[in-house]
Amino acid sequence: MLRISIDRLNELFDAAAEKQTLYIPVDREDGGAEYKKYEKGMKLSRSLNTVRSAKDFFFPQTEDLMEFRVDKKNIEVKDIRSEAEDFVIFGVKACDVRSFSILDKVYLSDPVDSFYKNRRNHGVVISMACTHPAETCFCTAFGIDPLSPEGDAVCRMDNDYLYISALTDKGNAFIEQISHLFEDSSETEEEFGSKYRDIFSRLPLAGLSTDAFGGDKLDEYFNSDKWGELSESCIGCGTCTFVCPTCQCYDIKDFDTGNGIKRFRCWDSCMYSDFTKMAHGNPRLTQLERFRQRFMHKLVYFPACNNGEFGCVGCGRCLARCPVSMNIVKVMKDLEVKK
Amino acid sequence: MNTTDTLIPYIGVVTEIRNDTPDVKTFRIEAPQGGKVFEHMPGQCAMLSIPGVGEAMFSITSSPTNTEFMEFSIKKCGHLTDWLHEMEVGQQITLRGPYGNAFPVETELKGKDLLFISGGIGLAPLRSVINYVRDKRSNYGKVDIIYGSRSKEDLVDYDEIMNEWKNSQDIAVHLTIDRPQEGWDGHVGFVPDFVRELAPSNSMTALVCGPPVMIKFTLAALKDLGFSESQVYTTMELRMKCGVGKCGRCNIGDKYVCKDGPVFRFDQLSRLPEEY
Repeated sequence: MLRISIDRLNELFDAAAEKQTLYIPVDREDGGAEYKKYEKGMKLSRSLNTVRSAKDFFFPQTEDLMEFRVDKKNIEVKDIRSEAEDFVIFGVKACDVRSFSILDKVYLSDPVDSFYKNRRNHGVVISMACTHPAETCFCTAFGIDPLSPEGDAVCRMDNDYLYISALTDKGNAFIEQISHLFEDSSETEEEFGSKYRDIFSRLPLAGLSTDAFGGDKLDEYFNSDKWGELSESCIGCGTCTFVCPTCQCYDIKDFDTGNGIKRFRCWDSCMYSDFTKMAHGNPRLTQLERFRQRFMHKLVYFPACNNGEFGCVGCGRCLARCPVSMNIVKVMKDLEVKK
Repeated sequence: MNTTDTLIPYIGVVTEIRNDTPDVKTFRIEAPQGGKVFEHMPGQCAMLSIPGVGEAMFSITSSPTNTEFMEFSIKKCGHLTDWLHEMEVGQQITLRGPYGNAFPVETELKGKDLLFISGGIGLAPLRSVINYVRDKRSNYGKVDIIYGSRSKEDLVDYDEIMNEWKNSQDIAVHLTIDRPQEGWDGHVGFVPDFVRELAPSNSMTALVCGPPVMIKFTLAALKDLGFSESQVYTTMELRMKCGVGKCGRCNIGDKYVCKDGPVFRFDQLSRLPEEY
């Protein structure tokens, strides 16, 4: 691996930010972390546990799709898409990097979503091995190795050095730009990982298993009598959906700007009461049904459509943020039909 | 950017409006330069929109064998459809598609005796299949149409039914209305009961579309007549935004109605959670 002393991290950021827009996770005053566009002197958050996931970079919370000019009976459609600028997201944890490949399965499958693909093409993901997991973390349950994240290049950081190695051509190109800052190191990925591996086996949720779930489990769980109790406390606020790195449902709406019509899309949640509401009725009338949909989708329907891959990466954000302390771990533990 | 995106619609022009029933109008849509905006197969849908008002999915009621225009039969029942009903000839709208699968007119349905059962505005998607079958009549066996509505005035496409379908030698049309009414000497009663009375042969393949309650009781009637679920097709309706299985709205089980449907056989539907 290549390395740079952590005292010189800002030299690295300065050099990278000169070449393209750079985003890094920084600590907020309230103790949470968030991705921010790098400006000289900003300090990298050590927790890396951003309150919002990194999905905004590719699937922003709101996004303009097109504009219309309406003149009496005539309509003109204006394609407002333009090539995105190159950007780098630095310090993305293994869970969030995996969420990109889950979003890819939705947005890059035929027909490709050009808005998403544009950002994906121009974004470089520099991941960071996780050495400070939170108590709410359970990515290993979904087969993710927090110490060997995916991405274009992967960083590993201890108290002295930041190590970097490329995984893709994009990652190589990123390192190439700033290669003068690095020196060779004999530290291997395995050696680095072995120093932190123990932390993960001691996490409170280390024993969580996904074995009882998967694409063929519709009949086991859809009519489970557990849904009533589980969903009882849900207030349908949608916080879990918004902080979730893999939730990808959206709404499309029009907005009259006074100077034409703007059509935009924005995040939406299957937990909201009007999500499926139509002129002739609503197939999911109760919060039980809407709550069930979100978890069945992540644990059964998504795997059924994607060769067994779950729609959750164990980032733990829903555990940390749900105002009534309901979350996917409770759902899994309560529902699980033990063999 | 020089790539297309399915979310960016085409422009269509309303070239004719037919008042079918007190709350159903059929809109003829052509491309601004004339002709169809895009091709489709029977059962497929399109996203229609009035910018600033909204966008929603509608079945394409014209047959793909019609080479000049597309038609949409639309019931006035919500925000967007209220606006659509206010349109005049010459009005432009946006449309995108075609979306979804289609009735398997060139595969599973070929050579079969076909039984169309429909209620109210449920005729809209089936009309596309019926006219396709009429235009390629030798590819199919016997054709029976059972269609019912609240009243005579609520029968969609009444003129076409009486003047064209009823006059076809090789198509049997059975109409019914819910309650007796002056000037109606045809059958009176609900569609599922009419199906039981007519007792069509269970060697036929049925295509059923109408209000959920009609579909439910019609399926029960067909089962009693010896039809299996794999002989009965229907087309579903759920809230949709994208039309291509990404926005998540029409997800039921491992299916997205917009792309895996809207046409399903009942043996396929019975494997899905009952959320429609």
